Amino acid sequence: MGFYFAQLLTGLANASSLFLIASGLSIIFGVTRIVNFAHGSFYMLGAYLAYTLVTLWSGSVLGFWGGVVLAALVVGLIGLVVELTILRRIYHAPELFQLVATFGVVLIVQDAALAIWGAEDLLGPRAPGLDRAVRILGEPIPEYDLALIAIGPAVLAGIWLLFHKTRWGVLVRAATQDREMVGALGINQAWLFSAAFVLGSALAGLGGALQIPREAVSLQMDLSIIGEAFVVVVIGGMGSVSGAFVAAVLISVLNSFAILIFPQISIVLPFIVMAIVLIFRPYGILGKPGSEAGAPEAPEAPLTLMSPKAMMVMCAGLMALALSPLFTAEFTSVLLVDVMVATLFAVSLHFMMGIGGMVSFGHAAYFGVGAYAAALAVKFLGFGMLPAMAFGPLCAALAALFFGWFSVRLSGVYLAMLTLAAAQILWGVTFQWQDFTGGDDGILGVWPPGWASSDRVYFYIAFVLCVGGIWVMRRIAYSPFGYVLRGVRDSQTRAEAIGVDTRFHQWMGFVIAGAFAGLAGVVFAFSKGSVFPDSLGIALSIDGLIMVLLGGIHALAGPILGASAFVLIEDWVTRLDYWRFIFGTIILVVVLVAPDGIAGGIQRLWRIIKRGAA
Amino acid sequence: MSTVLQVRGLSKSFGGIRAVRDVNFDLAEGEFLALIGPNGAGKTTCFNMLNGYLPPDEGTVSLGGQSLIGKPPRDIWRMGVGRTFQITSTFMSMTVVENVQMALISHHRRVFDLFSRATRLYVDEAMALLDLVSMRDQAGRACSELAYGDLKRLELAIALAHEPALLLMDEPTAGMAPSERVALMALTAEIVARGGVSVVFTEHDMDVVFAHAHRILVLNRGEIIAEGSGSDIRANPLVQEVYLGGGAVFETEASDA
Repeated sequence: MGFYFAQLLTGLANASSLFLIASGLSIIFGVTRIVNFAHGSFYMLGAYLAYTLVTLWSGSVLGFWGGVVLAALVVGLIGLVVELTILRRIYHAPELFQLVATFGVVLIVQDAALAIWGAEDLLGPRAPGLDRAVRILGEPIPEYDLALIAIGPAVLAGIWLLFHKTRWGVLVRAATQDREMVGALGINQAWLFSAAFVLGSALAGLGGALQIPREAVSLQMDLSIIGEAFVVVVIGGMGSVSGAFVAAVLISVLNSFAILIFPQISIVLPFIVMAIVLIFRPYGILGKPGSEAGAPEAPEAPLTLMSPKAMMVMCAGLMALALSPLFTAEFTSVLLVDVMVATLFAVSLHFMMGIGGMVSFGHAAYFGVGAYAAALAVKFLGFGMLPAMAFGPLCAALAALFFGWFSVRLSGVYLAMLTLAAAQILWGVTFQWQDFTGGDDGILGVWPPGWASSDRVYFYIAFVLCVGGIWVMRRIAYSPFGYVLRGVRDSQTRAEAIGVDTRFHQWMGFVIAGAFAGLAGVVFAFSKGSVFPDSLGIALSIDGLIMVLLGGIHALAGPILGASAFVLIEDWVTRLDYWRFIFGTIILVVVLVAPDGIAGGIQRLWRIIKRGAA
Repeated sequence: MSTVLQVRGLSKSFGGIRAVRDVNFDLAEGEFLALIGPNGAGKTTCFNMLNGYLPPDEGTVSLGGQSLIGKPPRDIWRMGVGRTFQITSTFMSMTVVENVQMALISHHRRVFDLFSRATRLYVDEAMALLDLVSMRDQAGRACSELAYGDLKRLELAIALAHEPALLLMDEPTAGMAPSERVALMALTAEIVARGGVSVVFTEHDMDVVFAHAHRILVLNRGEIIAEGSGSDIRANPLVQEVYLGGGAVFETEASDA
C-alpha cells in the first residue's frame, strides 16, 4: 500500500514540473497562436541559469529559492527579447511560419548554452532544508518532491487569480477566445502578446530551474521536454491553464503506475493518451472549439501551368542534375542524393499541408516506416533491393491509412498534434523493440546489390525514383483529385455541397502523401546502408516543416527550393563550429526577410527587378 | 404538374424550444416557392433539415418519392438538390470557371481521377453555365477578387451544374445591394421559367419575394401560419399582425418596387 502511495506522490511531483512548462506553452499559444518550439529552450535556459545562480549562492535557503526565481525572471526577459526582435515582426506571416522562427531560436539557444556552460551534464546542488527523505507509510519520499507537489497547485492558483482578478488577465482570456475581437475593441495587441510571451517564458524558466535538484542539466533538455509539453497542452485544451494541470496530473500519475506493469511504455504513453483523448474530445479536456480560430489567411492564387520560360529553366536544371555525376566528384553525387531525398520528402509533406491543408508535425513517421519496412524486408524476408523499394512505400501507405483515419477527424493544430503523436508512438516502438528493429543500434547492411553499389549508379536510381515521384505528385496536384483536395481545404462546406466526401478525400490525400514520404525513406535507407530510429524522429519531421515553410507553402515550387536550400546549407554549416548557431541565424534571417518563403521572396525580388528595369 | 418535394410533419426542438413544428408542404415541378417569416421563425432550421445539415426530430422529406432524411448533404446533392449559401462559400484559391468545373467533375464522378488535368475537363459545360448567370467574361478571374454579388451568381452556376431538380437558396440576396438583389432574383426566375428546376428560397426582402415567388409560405414560431400567392399573403391579417403588429406596410413597400 505504502509503495503505491509513494508511486502516486512521485507521479504528482512529476506532474508539477510538467504543468509549469505546459502552462506557459498553453498561455503563449492561447494568446498569440504561436506553436512555440523554443519553449523547451526556455526551460533548458531556466535550468542552466538556476544552476549557475544557485551554485554561486550555495548553501542558503534564500540563495536556492532566490536563484530559482531570478532564473525564471531572466528567462522571462529573454522571452521578451525574442518576442520583440523576431516574433513581433512576423505576426502577419502565415500562422505556421512563426514555428520556423521559434525553431531557429532553438538552434541558437542550443549553441549559446554549449558555449556558456559546456557540453558536460551539470549536477545541481540539492535544495537546502529539503535534501532528505521523509517516511510516509513506510516508504521514503524526497522532501523536495513534496515541495514540488505543493508548488504546482500554488502556481495554478496564482495564474487563476491573475486571469480572473486583473484586467490584464481578463484580456488574456478574451484574446484566447477571439483575438480579433479584442483587437477590434481597441486593445493594444502587441503589448498583450509581449506580456503573454514573457509570462509563458518565465513559467518555462521556473519549470527548468526547479528541476535542478532532480536531474542533471544537459543540452538535451530542450527537445526531450517539448514533445511531452505539447501533449499536455493539447490534452488539456490549447489555451487552458487548468486543462494543462489536469492533463499533467493525468499523464504523470498514469505513467508512474504504468511503468510498474510495462516499463518500456513511458516513452509512448503520453502520446497514446493524447491520441485517445483527441479522438473523443477533439479540442482537449477543457478546450473550446473557439480557441482554435486565428487570423484569416490571405487566399492563395489559383494554380497556373508553368510558363514556357519556367519550363525551360526546370528542364535545364534537371539536365544539369542528370549529367552532374559525369563531371563532379563522387561525394557530390552522394550529397545530391540527399538533396533529392529531402526534396521528395518535402514535396510529399507539402502535398499534405499546402494542397490538403492538413499540417503534419509527424511526417517523418511515413519516411521512417518506408525506410524500416525496406530494411526489415531485406533482413528478415531476404528481399532484393527493388522489391524492398516497392515494399517500403506500400507499408508507409498502410501506416498512413491507419493513422490518417484518426487524423482527418480533426483539423488545424489538433490534427498536427495527432500526427506528432502517431510519429512518436512509432518512434517509441522502434526504439524499444530491440529484437525486431535493433532499437537504438538500428539495422545495418541495407546496401544496394553489386550492380548498383557504385555511388554513380545509385545516383541514377535515386534520380529516377525521386524526380519521378516528384513528377507524379505534381501531376496529382493538377489532377481532379488534387484540385478537389484544395477545394476541401478552401471550403469544406462547399466541397460537401457539391457531393464530395470531404473526410474520405482528405484521408486518401494523407495516404498518398505517406506513400511518397515512404518512397523517400526507401531511397534514403539504401543510400546510407542503414536505418536508425532518427528517421522517424521529431527532428526530421521539423526539418520537413522548415523545408516546406521556408520554401513557401503557397507555391508548388516551394518545397523544392526549400529542401534544396536546407540540405545544401546544412551540409555546408555542419562542418563549422557552432553550426547550429549559424544555421539558426540563417533561418531567422530568411524568416524575417521573406515571410512568404523563398518562392514568394524570389517572386517579389523578380517584380522589383522588373520594375527597376522598366 | 407532378410533385417534386413533399414535406410532412417536419418538427425540430432545441432543448425546450420548438423551433419547427409540424411543417407540411408540397413543391410542384417548376414552382418558385418562398419561405418567409420574422427572425427566429424557424426558416433556417427548416432549411437545414431539407438539405441534410440537421436531422429532424419527426417528419418526412421526400424528393421524387425518395426520402432525404438521415442522408448527408453530399448524398442529397447527388439525388439532384443544388444549394446556395446565406454566406457564400466557394473555392477561394481557384478561378471562377474552375469552381464550376469542380462541381462538374464531382457530378461526373471523377474526383478520384489522378492523372487528367482538372482545368481541361468540362470547360464547355462550365462556360455554358457561366453564360447562364452572365459571368462568362469573368471566367478566368480568381474567385478571391470577385465582388459579393458576382460570388452569389457564381454560386448559382455551381448549384446548377448537375442539373438539379430542386434548388435550395438560403437568403440568396443577403448582403447585396438593392439593384443586385432584383437582378439576381430576376435571373433565378428566368432559370425557373426555362423549366427543369424548382426552387425553394428563404428571404428577408419582401420586394424580392412578392416580385418573383409563385407561392409564399409564412413561418412564425416554427409553424406555417399562412400560405398563398403574393396578394393573398399581403392581405392576410395574421401575417400583418406577425410582422408589424398591424398596419399595411407591405402595400407601400410593394409599390416602391
